[in-house]
Amino acid sequence: MARAVTPQRKATVTVLAWVVGLVIFFPILWTVLLSFKTEADAIGTPWHVLASSWTTEAYATVQQRSDYLHHFWNSVILSLGSTVIGLIIGIPSAWAMAFVPGKRTKDVLMWMLSTKMMPATGVLVPIYLIGIKTGLLDTRTGLVIVLTLINLPIIIWMLYTYFKEIPGEILEAARMDGASLWNEIRYVLTPMAIPGIASTLLLNVILSWNEAFWTLRLTTTNAAPLTAFIASYSSPEGLFFAKLSAASTLAIAPILILGWFSQKQLVRGLTFGAVK
Amino acid sequence: MGQITLQQVTKAFGDVEVIPPLDLTVDDGEFVVFVGPSGCGKSTLLRLIAGLEDITSGKILIDGKDASHTPPAKRGLAMVFQSYALYPHMSVRKNIAFPLKMAGLSKAEQDAKVDAAAKVLNLGSYIDRKPGQLSGGQRQRVAIGRAIVREPSAFLFDEPLSNLDAALRVNMRLEISELHNQLGTTMIYVTHDQVEAMTMADKIVVLQAGRIEQVGTPLDLYRRPDNIFVAGFIGSPKMNFITGEAAAREGAHTIGIRPEHLTPSPDGGMMQGRVSVAEHLGSDTFMYVETDQHGTLTVRAGGEVAFRHGDRIGLTPMVEHLHRFDESGQAIR
Amino acid sequence: MATAQSRRLARWMSMPAIIVLLLWMVVPLAMTLYFSFRRYNLNYPDRQGWAGWNNYYYFLTDPAFAAAFQNTLVLVIGVLIITVVGGILLALLLDQPFWGQGIVRVLVIAPFFVMPTVSALVWKNMFMNPVNGLFAHAAQAVGLQPIDFLGHHPLSSIVGIVAWAWLPFATLILLTALQSLDREQIEASEMDGAGFGARFFYIILPHMTRSITVVILIQTIFLLGIYAEILVTTNGGPGTQSMNLPYLIAVTTTQQDVGGAAAGGVIAIILANIVAIFLMRMIGKNLES
Repeated sequence: MARAVTPQRKATVTVLAWVVGLVIFFPILWTVLLSFKTEADAIGTPWHVLASSWTTEAYATVQQRSDYLHHFWNSVILSLGSTVIGLIIGIPSAWAMAFVPGKRTKDVLMWMLSTKMMPATGVLVPIYLIGIKTGLLDTRTGLVIVLTLINLPIIIWMLYTYFKEIPGEILEAARMDGASLWNEIRYVLTPMAIPGIASTLLLNVILSWNEAFWTLRLTTTNAAPLTAFIASYSSPEGLFFAKLSAASTLAIAPILILGWFSQKQLVRGLTFGAVK
Repeated sequence: MGQITLQQVTKAFGDVEVIPPLDLTVDDGEFVVFVGPSGCGKSTLLRLIAGLEDITSGKILIDGKDASHTPPAKRGLAMVFQSYALYPHMSVRKNIAFPLKMAGLSKAEQDAKVDAAAKVLNLGSYIDRKPGQLSGGQRQRVAIGRAIVREPSAFLFDEPLSNLDAALRVNMRLEISELHNQLGTTMIYVTHDQVEAMTMADKIVVLQAGRIEQVGTPLDLYRRPDNIFVAGFIGSPKMNFITGEAAAREGAHTIGIRPEHLTPSPDGGMMQGRVSVAEHLGSDTFMYVETDQHGTLTVRAGGEVAFRHGDRIGLTPMVEHLHRFDESGQAIR
Repeated sequence: MATAQSRRLARWMSMPAIIVLLLWMVVPLAMTLYFSFRRYNLNYPDRQGWAGWNNYYYFLTDPAFAAAFQNTLVLVIGVLIITVVGGILLALLLDQPFWGQGIVRVLVIAPFFVMPTVSALVWKNMFMNPVNGLFAHAAQAVGLQPIDFLGHHPLSSIVGIVAWAWLPFATLILLTALQSLDREQIEASEMDGAGFGARFFYIILPHMTRSITVVILIQTIFLLGIYAEILVTTNGGPGTQSMNLPYLIAVTTTQQDVGGAAAGGVIAIILANIVAIFLMRMIGKNLES
């Protein structure tokens, strides 16, 4: 039961919380603001920035750079592709471990997690060489494979913790009720698992979208997603604040929106179920 | 159409044998209760019958046919789970219709059977709700509804009332008994509550550590327990046990006397003691008496008995109700 | 749920995941180990053969390694301190009742969803740029000399940028932990006469210990691998002032020195595993409950 709080106290907390929240959010807000300015206005003092007129010029310029859409599509394909493949491999595995646990299930789970602990830099060299040998370097296929593998442990763990919450008795009831394995999956398991699968999908799209080691190291132009595209602004073009802001806004907006939807699941997913 | 026979059935999890070789016959139309302390293997036994667990060796016959390796759905049994195991994403109607749908019945047949079951169980007012919106008792009814529409040859109940509050439990107990009278179908019911066992069963199977201690009608077990375990488990309050010289005088290692078979008196009696606690329930009075000779004994007397804490009283056992047990705990008859 | 049939099925179903992860783990690891003992430079394909411990020797004695090792530690510990302390304070604040809780929560979480390259570039240009950045404008407005953050304080600046991105993560998890604290426990402690300080140190903090540990361990795993932020801001410089281990290994790879990079990789794996062991124990314990 929430206890009554004095209005004064609530007002103080409200002001404080909003100030802190806005300060933390400010860099994003400022980026969005600058993206609607001309290059000349964007580098002015804050007062000048606020007072100057608004324009979508920067977006038009970014749009005209024919490669923006290319990188955007790369991001979409990489994040969705790796997540969907991860789910296809991960769902049966998580199902099996959650509902038919064996003696070694726990060890297998821990081992899967341990592959996630391997630092990317530790295996960069062989992956790079394999990439060269197989011709998968700077291809979307190659990167989808890598992203699938680095996120598979998280996918399996998240699904496992969700599946674990589905009481085994319900599946037994379905079996008693005469459901075949296929019907059990179709009518009972899937509807109950969909929320968990959806949040797993969401979180993994976010993680893959923002992945910025492999996407930077294994691509040059062909398969480069937005992370790499934005990185190309690092030196001279960075001075074009408005364009940088517009490109950044476009790169983070979709995932920001997805992220807000998934904030509850985020905790569970990122802590491998250790915090719910 | 509902006779179940277990022949030398065993179950081991790895090296741990939870059910040593066990024989049991459940006759058609019987209400059989498996009762025992938690961990005694009663739920495992039920799941073996259901087919949710594989038997390690032995045979399970259903209506004379070997069903030892038949998958659960093909055994023609229905089960009501402890957690009810309702499908949370389906309405009550869909929950109950699910086994019918799996059996491939037409929509019209499904509806007719669901409506009939809803009528029997009074589900009408919440037939279109989801399980999450129902109370514990209502969920219980839905779970039973889902079981009866299949017209199984036997019902299996796994501690179905343990999640309900006391008052509701008594009600549901009655309803299940009535259902049994109405349908006449075999029912196997697992519980750890001996009151449920005594009130509902035609036949009680008392289990301990996977072994059957005794099989019999409730009154059989109450009057003629085969051993100390059954004597102590059946009956409430528990039977008093006395060892030592007093037992030796009766030619036994241990003697048992039920609380209702001790007669209190203001003075005299075969034993003397002081009342430490007296619980006046109105209909009965339970007294815990610290006797001079045999430790604390429980006494059940009529509601009009007026002894209080601290009173010294005498106790006289009714000799014809004395139970005698040998050193291994077996009854001496 | 445990019939022989379902067991067999389960084994088949978990196979694909196990096989691909096994390959993913064993193959590159074996290759890294192998290369780390080989003389192998893509620029000089004719110079081959066993290198013994030479790759390790050169990697470890490279002055850049010492700097990178130290910088990695500073980066990880600096960000951890800021995010954990900040996260606790923020969680305590956001746990109070106030108007607009949902919106403020969303504002606070937002930085976590910003991709590393964007957050680093935004901070580098729009805020830390010594001429046109917001901080420079602010300094000029009060008559101070603008600071060249990334030029003169590269490592601290990167710590700041990374901390901004990870503060939401710590806050979110600690807030979740705080909200799971039984209100009756707080009320009981109030009845027992505990003031705010005592409540915090004896009830709230112990309750959050587990979550704090989880935050520290998981962040450490990610922070040990910080790469993109350095790439787009300082390129590790000036000199090696903001070079960390992943960056150094990446640079070695870029120089086509496969053997050296592999040796660096093995060292990174060893370091990460030390942290990982603790994390795995924590999570493993949770699995039992």
